[in-house]
Amino acid sequence: MLKLKQINKIFNEATPDEKIALDEINLHLKPGDFVTVIGSNGAGKSTMMNMISGALIPDFGNIEIAAKDVTRLPEYKRSSMIGRVFQDPMAGTAPAMTIEENLALAYSRNKKRGLRRGVDKKRRGIFQESLETLHLNLENRLNAKVGMLSGGERQALSLLMATFTQPAILLLDEHTAALDPARAALITNLTKTLVAKNQLTTLMVTHNMQQALDLGNRLIMMDKGQIILEVEAEEKNNLTIEKLMAEFQRIRGEKLTSDAALLTV
Amino acid sequence: MFSAVFGSVEQGIIYAIMALGVYLSFRVLDFPDLTVDGSFVTGASVAATMIFFGYNPLVATIVAMALGFVAGCITGLLHTKGKINALLAGILMMIALYSINLRIMGLTTDSSVGRPTIPLFNTESLFSKFQVFWSTLGIDKTINQFLSNLGIEYLPSTWGTLVIMILITLLIKFFVDGFLKTEVGLAIRATGDNKKMIRSFSANTDTLVIIGLGFSNALVAFSGALFAQYSKVADIGMGIGMIIIGLASVIIGEAIFGTKTIMRTTLAVIAGAIIYRIVLGLALRINILDVGDTKFITAVIVICALILPQILEKRREKKRKSKRLMERWAEKDLMLKKEATGVAEAKTNQ
Repeated sequence: MLKLKQINKIFNEATPDEKIALDEINLHLKPGDFVTVIGSNGAGKSTMMNMISGALIPDFGNIEIAAKDVTRLPEYKRSSMIGRVFQDPMAGTAPAMTIEENLALAYSRNKKRGLRRGVDKKRRGIFQESLETLHLNLENRLNAKVGMLSGGERQALSLLMATFTQPAILLLDEHTAALDPARAALITNLTKTLVAKNQLTTLMVTHNMQQALDLGNRLIMMDKGQIILEVEAEEKNNLTIEKLMAEFQRIRGEKLTSDAALLTV
Repeated sequence: MFSAVFGSVEQGIIYAIMALGVYLSFRVLDFPDLTVDGSFVTGASVAATMIFFGYNPLVATIVAMALGFVAGCITGLLHTKGKINALLAGILMMIALYSINLRIMGLTTDSSVGRPTIPLFNTESLFSKFQVFWSTLGIDKTINQFLSNLGIEYLPSTWGTLVIMILITLLIKFFVDGFLKTEVGLAIRATGDNKKMIRSFSANTDTLVIIGLGFSNALVAFSGALFAQYSKVADIGMGIGMIIIGLASVIIGEAIFGTKTIMRTTLAVIAGAIIYRIVLGLALRINILDVGDTKFITAVIVICALILPQILEKRREKKRKSKRLMERWAEKDLMLKKEATGVAEAKTNQ
């Protein structure tokens, strides 16, 4: 479903600030795969996400989505196939517009936008139905401006908007990191349900090791622009945080240091 | 007094269409578009030139609108594809349009390439055409008779201009309302609200900015075309400060009538344009002020419209807070009293 081949990206090349953000990344997601990505700050997780979404273009390498080469496809064209939820709850929705208008924007993601009414009776029904699955009582607040919602509510709405046209790929970029533990748990559960229901091929970046272990069928660990560890299926089920830490030490020959402390729960 | 207010209302309604254009760029797209100063005159000069050559005023007005659309699109292109800062893109377009407008009006004379003014006396206009139909209705007489019975002296020669302008402006308002609710309209609003988000929903924000600015400037040029026909002259200087007048209308309207829904906001913008004209008209009646002071008065009005709502809101909030606090104290008092009487009753019962 998603193929990254030999992706390379360097920032500030040939200057003292040169940073190799991605170094020969190869990754292949089969349809229905749910991959969690962990790694310390600067490991290249976000760069990889931006590369897949089209916000960044790789210096070398190819990206394929649903057997189509999208390496040079601009972000707005590619995003008809990609659902994305950002870390910042403010980023995924339009605050000055109402809940139903936001859903209408998401609804026409994979269609050509024309001069049809964005929200009509039929669509309102669809929106209401899908909002009910959130159990946040948003279905009765269709005309409330999204800016009035709490961070958790906005993030739940973003998640719904990202998934309900069933994109080929779902990208979750630390989407629970800015929420309090209770809200984060709510969004995590919601993620589980929505991904399972729509059978979405998902890539999720997280700083929360426990979350990375609990969700998904595959786990990858990144460091210094490389994928240093891949764990799958059965093996992943038996994984613990301690084992992961030990594994990192074995591969890198060093302890997870200061900024890697973020990795712990 | 009455005639001054009447004239202000007529002009205000024509400017309201321009203000709706400014609302689209400034508020909906969040793009401070200074093209307006140029595209207003483009609308006026194209309409005047074509009417001068004997074209139907309606055709002239529509062509004016189309050229306004093009001007807006070019500003959009400069900003999105040329990566030029929004303010600068608008200013560049405005200054370029100044020369272009001179050239357009220059088509009407053989003696030079440019022409700063085209008078439109004794020519047809949208208003004169409507007037022919309107005068057969005989409504003017009835209204004026009624008003003179009320003791109002200086009566307008016709109400037709006001009526047709109200009709046109309302038509445009409903059109804008409807457009902003279509799929494209929603995407344009989202572009002004959260670019990153709408891009992740497969919308080309560049195209949306270009279309939005085109649409905005089409309205501005339309307003310019109507104003030239209303005042019977197209002049190269008539667009100076137009963006500020548009902003003043938007800000005054929003401050007084609120922005709860799109339909309400567009109505507020129209009302704001009229109120601005009335305030300006009344200010100019003060003897020491001259027509040349118009721009200064405009600046003062805009400053007031920006600052006064803040002060009013602060005051309202204070009042609200203290009122609520009093209520809560009263509630607590009541509870305590109830408790006290409850205890007393319990004692007597024992």
